[in-house]
Amino acid sequence: MQPVSTIHYLVLSAALLLIGTVGVLTRRNIVIILMSIELILNAVNINLIAFSHALHQVTGQVFAIFVITDAVAEAAVGLGILIALFRNRETLQADEIDLLKW
Amino acid sequence: MIDTVLFYAFALLVLGGGLATITLRNAVHCAIALIVSLLGVAGLYLLQQAEFLFAVQIVLYVGGIMLLFLFVIMLVNLDQAARERQFNRQWVVAVTAVAVVAAEIGYFLWRGKAAFHIAENALSPASALGNTEQIADSLFSEYLLPFEIASLLLLVAVVGSVVMAKKRI
Repeated sequence: MQPVSTIHYLVLSAALLLIGTVGVLTRRNIVIILMSIELILNAVNINLIAFSHALHQVTGQVFAIFVITDAVAEAAVGLGILIALFRNRETLQADEIDLLKW
Repeated sequence: MIDTVLFYAFALLVLGGGLATITLRNAVHCAIALIVSLLGVAGLYLLQQAEFLFAVQIVLYVGGIMLLFLFVIMLVNLDQAARERQFNRQWVVAVTAVAVVAAEIGYFLWRGKAAFHIAENALSPASALGNTEQIADSLFSEYLLPFEIASLLLLVAVVGSVVMAKKRI
């Protein structure tokens, strides 16, 4: 077994990003779409931390903190919108919310 | 050696949790799988000496965001959604597109493998300060303006989510 290097973390991060993308594109339930977005943001953070470790610089970790802040804001607003939507339409399936489609 | 074993264990947690998150039927099970995945990511942070982010990941993600998700799942009744079709009609197109992107990223990582072996002597020496102190130094000097903007963003998010979740808008 070869020792773990930056490339291992990059491959893992890419795999997690792709899993999250598949979730966003294929699931119908909006709650799970929001969870997939969290997976994507975590993939970005793994990447940032891997380079921060490899380059002995703390900047990557500071950026990861900003990414986490964004994730919190996104989750709060997203779930608020979701509750308002459920109150109005009684559904959480993304393809049933098609008022603006023709 | 132990690092390698731990890396693969955490990678298994991350990817297994991620796959379970996007495939399971019940939204609560999805949330629990996502918690497993986030804990795996926290372990990876610890492996790379990012102790502060390890704590933030557990307190904020697992303790904060996932709690919010579980509350919302409890508020909206998902029993009926769990019995319906879980994937939309375009899933074949979506998986194909993602497979193309995967091939692309894989090709670039494979071609650029050598670029990631960073020469040791080109690096700035590791600081004697602790991880949290280093982050604080950087955050409150170099990145003070983005830090303040982030706090403004959080304020907007708090007000926005309260307005959104109110009974009468």
